[in-house]
Amino acid sequence: MTDAAIIALSLKIAVVATVASAPLAVIVALVLARGRFWGRSLLNAIVHLPLVLPPVVTGYVLLRVLGRHGPVGAFLESTFGVVFAFRWTGAAVAAAVMGFPLMVRAIRLAIESVDRDLEDAAGTLGASRWWTFATITMPLALPGLLAGMILGFAKALGEFGATITFVSNIPGETQTLALAIFSLIQTPGSDRAVMRLVGLSVGVSFAALMLSEYLARRVARGRS
Amino acid sequence: MSVRIDVEHALGHLQLHVSITTSAGLTAVIGPSGAGKTSLLNIVAGVIRPDRGVVRLDDDVLVDTAKGIWRPTYTRRIGYVFQAPRLFPHLTVRRNLGYGRWFSPAVTDRFAFDDVVDLLDLGALLVRMPARLSGGEAQRVALGRALLSQPRLLLLDEPLASVDQARRDEVLPYLDRLRAEIRLPTIYVTHTPAEVESRAEQIVVMDRGRVV
Repeated sequence: MTDAAIIALSLKIAVVATVASAPLAVIVALVLARGRFWGRSLLNAIVHLPLVLPPVVTGYVLLRVLGRHGPVGAFLESTFGVVFAFRWTGAAVAAAVMGFPLMVRAIRLAIESVDRDLEDAAGTLGASRWWTFATITMPLALPGLLAGMILGFAKALGEFGATITFVSNIPGETQTLALAIFSLIQTPGSDRAVMRLVGLSVGVSFAALMLSEYLARRVARGRS
Repeated sequence: MSVRIDVEHALGHLQLHVSITTSAGLTAVIGPSGAGKTSLLNIVAGVIRPDRGVVRLDDDVLVDTAKGIWRPTYTRRIGYVFQAPRLFPHLTVRRNLGYGRWFSPAVTDRFAFDDVVDLLDLGALLVRMPARLSGGEAQRVALGRALLSQPRLLLLDEPLASVDQARRDEVLPYLDRLRAEIRLPTIYVTHTPAEVESRAEQIVVMDRGRVV
């Protein structure tokens, strides 16, 4: 595995995890921000669970549920031919689950901070609730959505415990940057390689943070 | 057009109980702060759902709690200018003005875009963002936005409240122009009788949730 291939795999897993879970994160954030129903705090607790659980527990739960012999995993394989266990897609699932609470939290706060008076005004102008959400609430919450996706992406990029538990550490398939560093550390005489990957890890993370800052500022500037 | 409002609604410690029938061009509702004037407008617009009562525009029943009728806000076609302009901060003035147009495509334009822009002198403001408007300008845009949603009835809730004393002249003459050039039934709520004394055709005085 070349360094470039490891980074490409890590980025692919983190991007897929973030983009694929964002729509669901928006829906869950909206439900938590605006919904008034029994079981709301239960949903809130479930969403935040991966933030608090040891990652190895989250990974183990994923393995038991989504693994080839797990109830959901077996169903997905027999019905759609989709397998997550020990595949890069499984690594993306693990990364998405770990980043999900951060994403939901940021989006939820952004939705809650949107002025309800503006939504009422949109209603008097003829916008139904869904139109109001699409044209007023969501655009105004956009900086929060971006911030949430960036947080989720950062979490996904650095994910370790749940990933290695769920999809193992397979070079070229599930071995992300963090897992590759872990393997090399256990190999005697690979200090230089470790240092190189550590440097790359810092570089990629730093670039991602700079990019997110830039995006957030561009969105903010569009408002004034 | 005749407007019939007969509603009861509990608001914290205030019990709103109002019955008004008007077919005037400009109906003024005056009374001290906390009399329930804004809540009355919110009930007519559909922002608040009243505990009991009826709201009717001619034969169109918007609310009739006895029959379980409650039409959602967005289907009522009632223009509403709030105390604060409530412009959408992420949209230019032009897009704020055009916002209601998306939702009333089948309605023929009674108020055309260019006419409203001329009437309210908004031409120079169209490309600006709401954050860069003065209080008076913002309130004029809010008025234009309400008109361009092609309403059947216009509600004005203290439209001068958010405007500095010195800038009120940026709004009042336009309200007069509006009344002179457009025949649109209007309910104007204020706690400053001087704003409406010479203008209103019917004046309703409210205090502590009731008409007095």
